[in-house]
Amino acid sequence: MKPAPFSYYRATSVEDAITALSDADGMAAVLAGGQSLVPMLNLRLSPVDHLIDLRPITALSRQEETPEAICYGALTTHAAFEDGTVPDGTNGLMRYAASHIAYRAVRNRGTLGGALALADPAADWLTTAVALDASVTLTGPDGQRYLAIADFVVGPYYTQIAEHEIIDSVVVPRRSATERWGYYKVAPKVGEYAKSLAVALVDSEKASARLVIGAWSDVPLALEASASALLDGAKQNDLSMIVKNELDLKMPSLSPAERRLHTATAVRAAEQTRS
Amino acid sequence: MKESVSLTVNGRPVETTVEPRLSLADFLRLELRLTATHLGCEHGVCGACTVLIDGEPARSCIALTVSLRDAQITTLEGLADDPAMQVIKQAFHDKHGLQCGFCTSGMLISTRDLLKRTPNPSENTVRNGLSGNLCRCTGYQGIVRAVLKAAEDLAAS
Repeated sequence: MKPAPFSYYRATSVEDAITALSDADGMAAVLAGGQSLVPMLNLRLSPVDHLIDLRPITALSRQEETPEAICYGALTTHAAFEDGTVPDGTNGLMRYAASHIAYRAVRNRGTLGGALALADPAADWLTTAVALDASVTLTGPDGQRYLAIADFVVGPYYTQIAEHEIIDSVVVPRRSATERWGYYKVAPKVGEYAKSLAVALVDSEKASARLVIGAWSDVPLALEASASALLDGAKQNDLSMIVKNELDLKMPSLSPAERRLHTATAVRAAEQTRS
Repeated sequence: MKESVSLTVNGRPVETTVEPRLSLADFLRLELRLTATHLGCEHGVCGACTVLIDGEPARSCIALTVSLRDAQITTLEGLADDPAMQVIKQAFHDKHGLQCGFCTSGMLISTRDLLKRTPNPSENTVRNGLSGNLCRCTGYQGIVRAVLKAAEDLAAS
């Protein structure tokens, strides 16, 4: 339960971190909150020769507000969302999601950027970010690029982050004040990784709805047909059937038990938007 | 290669050189001999190693000492004279909040933080708030009663 030896570099700026990544000989990794990476180092599941610490880079803890969106530096912690010390444009959805990640001792150090970079399908932020149409700013040797979260995440633990890139920030569009949200997670124990996770967003005034299911064996999936049924006011039993059929179509590999679990999660998140 | 780092532990400035892979928990226990911090799972699951980093609870088994430059670390030893901690310890004593004591350091530190943020918690809040601290003896009943009593006693004091 002790990591294998690695070298340590304290990055002073984003550019400095990119240079250190590019110059590293062997396997290099960047350290954000360390709440997943360090356990993996301890278990020797993640071979790292060089660890580049991003925590001293204050620019990565910034937040910027525009009328359309809020930009969160990659090192914004879950606890900062939970405590409401950073601005929120999601009618409290991000605050709720953050306060249900793992445990307080983990939330104090774990970061939004780190969670998205790991892209654990069972983690709260990934599904939430997909539901909110967030985008990710990546900085690398060739400058910055912006990716919608759905393009950023390719598969479980698999993202578009190139070898010498880091996540600089995460941009979350402001939601309309009339939108309602639902968030439902099934986990064997409070704070454990989810077995199933669903986020619902419904704005009947703007006639928009989203229903995203996560924590299955692939990237979060938007259920469009189910979302429009929700918007049209489908009754719970009908909605349940529509979700089940859409899951059958889009996730044919689910076992009957998994399909039932994800259907229930999606319907419960959806019901929260109208309770 | 060893790296130098300076930090504050229980109010005392510490300057040292460490291997980058040395966890804060091992640094506290093996080098500073502060053995109130216990190591259970060593990968951030059990909560026994919980300490305060800059006043906030954190898992010391997954915090790297080298990355804690200028941080203020507080272990259970550093809270010996803390008035709230004295009330919490007494409540754990009174309500059978421990048996073997292995998880207790982490439980106490998490409880202090929980009651600071939620001074008047429901039983459910206590159970959720301490869900990151595993106890293999008590079945949690005594712990939950202890935390609820500590909340009452702190409110009265």
